[in-house]
Amino acid sequence: MRHLPIVILTLGFATPAIAGVDSALSQHILPGFNAFAQSADTLADAAAKNCQPDAVRPAYQAAFDAWMRVADLRLGPSETGALSVGFWPDPRGFTQRTLSRLVAEEDPVARDPTGYADVSIAARGLFALDMLIYDPAFSSYASGSYTCDLVATLAADLSNQAEALDSDWQEGFAATLRNAGEAGNTTFLSKDEAVRALYTQILSSLEFTAKRRLGEPMGTFDRPRPELAEARRSGRSLRNVVLAAEAAHGLSAALADWPIPAADAALETVQKAAKRIGSPTFQNVSDPQGRLRAEVLQQAVTGLRTAIKNEIGARYGIEPGFNSQDGD
Amino acid sequence: MTTRRRFIASLLATGVAPRLGWAAVGNPAYLAAAKDLGGRFALYGLSESGAVTFRVPLPARGHAGAGHPRRAEAVAFARRPGLFALVIDCASGDVLHRLAPPPGYHLNGHGVFAERGALLLTSEQKADSSEGLIGVWDVEAGYARAGSFSSGGIGPHEIRLMPNRATLVVANGGVATDPDDRAKLNLATMRPNLSYLTLDGSLRDRFELDRDLHQNSIRHLAVRADGLVGFAMQWEGAPGAATPLLGLHRVGKAPVLAEAPLPDELAMQDYAGSVSFSGDGDELAITSPHGGRLHRFRDTGAFLGAISRSEICGLAPLRGGYLASDGLGGLMTIGRDGPAVLARLGCTWDNHIVTL
Repeated sequence: MRHLPIVILTLGFATPAIAGVDSALSQHILPGFNAFAQSADTLADAAAKNCQPDAVRPAYQAAFDAWMRVADLRLGPSETGALSVGFWPDPRGFTQRTLSRLVAEEDPVARDPTGYADVSIAARGLFALDMLIYDPAFSSYASGSYTCDLVATLAADLSNQAEALDSDWQEGFAATLRNAGEAGNTTFLSKDEAVRALYTQILSSLEFTAKRRLGEPMGTFDRPRPELAEARRSGRSLRNVVLAAEAAHGLSAALADWPIPAADAALETVQKAAKRIGSPTFQNVSDPQGRLRAEVLQQAVTGLRTAIKNEIGARYGIEPGFNSQDGD
Repeated sequence: MTTRRRFIASLLATGVAPRLGWAAVGNPAYLAAAKDLGGRFALYGLSESGAVTFRVPLPARGHAGAGHPRRAEAVAFARRPGLFALVIDCASGDVLHRLAPPPGYHLNGHGVFAERGALLLTSEQKADSSEGLIGVWDVEAGYARAGSFSSGGIGPHEIRLMPNRATLVVANGGVATDPDDRAKLNLATMRPNLSYLTLDGSLRDRFELDRDLHQNSIRHLAVRADGLVGFAMQWEGAPGAATPLLGLHRVGKAPVLAEAPLPDELAMQDYAGSVSFSGDGDELAITSPHGGRLHRFRDTGAFLGAISRSEICGLAPLRGGYLASDGLGGLMTIGRDGPAVLARLGCTWDNHIVTL
């Protein structure tokens, strides 16, 4: 099926829908998973050599940066696969609870990178690493300690996950998107459905950034919750907002196949508003000035979402879901 | 004289000619409401192979319906706030009756025929208190309001007849809503329950979920021939709680909650929109249009797997598995070998498929 787009191009049936899905895959999604797999591999190597926080942190930061390009996709292999890479938000504190239990019991699974895949997803992936190598309650571990081994195993498990996502997208789900509408494809019954699915991912990602990445630490005016900021231990909260917005814009640009000037401008507005935040982890949302700046950033993210709706959704004629937007 | 007058009135109300049976509209196995691409609403009859046996326009968006056991008549319930239901002639599309609950009551989108089609029972609530009621309508008297009784809880949603045809099972969702804007008023204190009532309103059995699941609104139901009830839930608490969304219950027994693995549960986005047993009854499934997925479970509650399909919601038993509909116009069978596409129509299917 991988030759399909070429066949279609030579037959002259390159409708915007087909070309859009193909470039979304080839320009954004597939290179994104490939880059994440490589940087997760680098992280696993670094942690295998030296599992102490200072040695692991640079590769951890690079891997998280790479992840953000594809982090918000919830399609195909990522539908559940993304959750064990990025288990957040975690309102009930599952990550801390599970890691504390592993450490207290010295569960031998911490020395088994393959068996670690069966551990609760709350104790896997980037946010578990974030806690172990940045949270003072865990990060003072010595070389050779249980926690140090746990960090190396977590990094190896993350690399396994990244590799699986990469190959499942490259070798499986990319074809499902590309051959949408063909006989036997029960996921996408027409070409339009594949476009719609990718477009919906973009909107959901930006909504998640506005409501959760920003909304969680902002809380309410009377009760701001800066302690709930995403990846605050590693100082990534604001960075993740910007990277998520850039990823949504990047996927939009690939999917559109035509200029999207309003979305381009809206992304710049997001980047400018982010520069004015003043705290990489939104710790200043408790003071009125800090809160106002966070609100401005939140509005900018919502503005980007609106621009994408106008420039892509309207042109493809995609309406919001009949059932999925509507409780019953 | 009274009897004679009532007889004539009912003839006039139901049309003078005797009503047609389902054979006259192609013997559909299912009913499903939809919005067509032009934005118009319609009620479809579907065969087991997904073929359209009839299509009649609906004057407004329909929710779940109820099919009369013999006559080609369907009741389509209006969307919220549920001020009316329409009895549709499935052959002509004519609106035979317009049912309005008494002032101060709202219909809650579901209903069933009972007593071999002589009665229609509807899920209702008092507008001011959300106190649940079952409305009783006399079909032979032209769907005249014949009374009501308590549903046994707040905010009832789906109701189903048990296999003995003498007991009603009611999903009392527990959510009290504002009569005007449907804002949810009691999320901190809600207490959904599943109630079993006789057709004259006596309570036979009832259970509530454990305290820590009190925000899991019990909303949709499936009933197997041996009396096993599947109930689907929607979590009204903080998002991402990944609570079980399906339960199994038998009268007199404790409920069993059916859990999926954490990543799958999270992907359902705290929401199940429909529930159905499979055609052979060995398993059951729930759908989440929000998560775009279907979860299959053994009748013991063990998780069997997930199927991904955008906007999937409607679900009904089909030989060898299920019939599923979605908001993109798709009709699929889901069998042991996975999903297969039956048809894709130019419409968006509403949340439910009603089995005739």
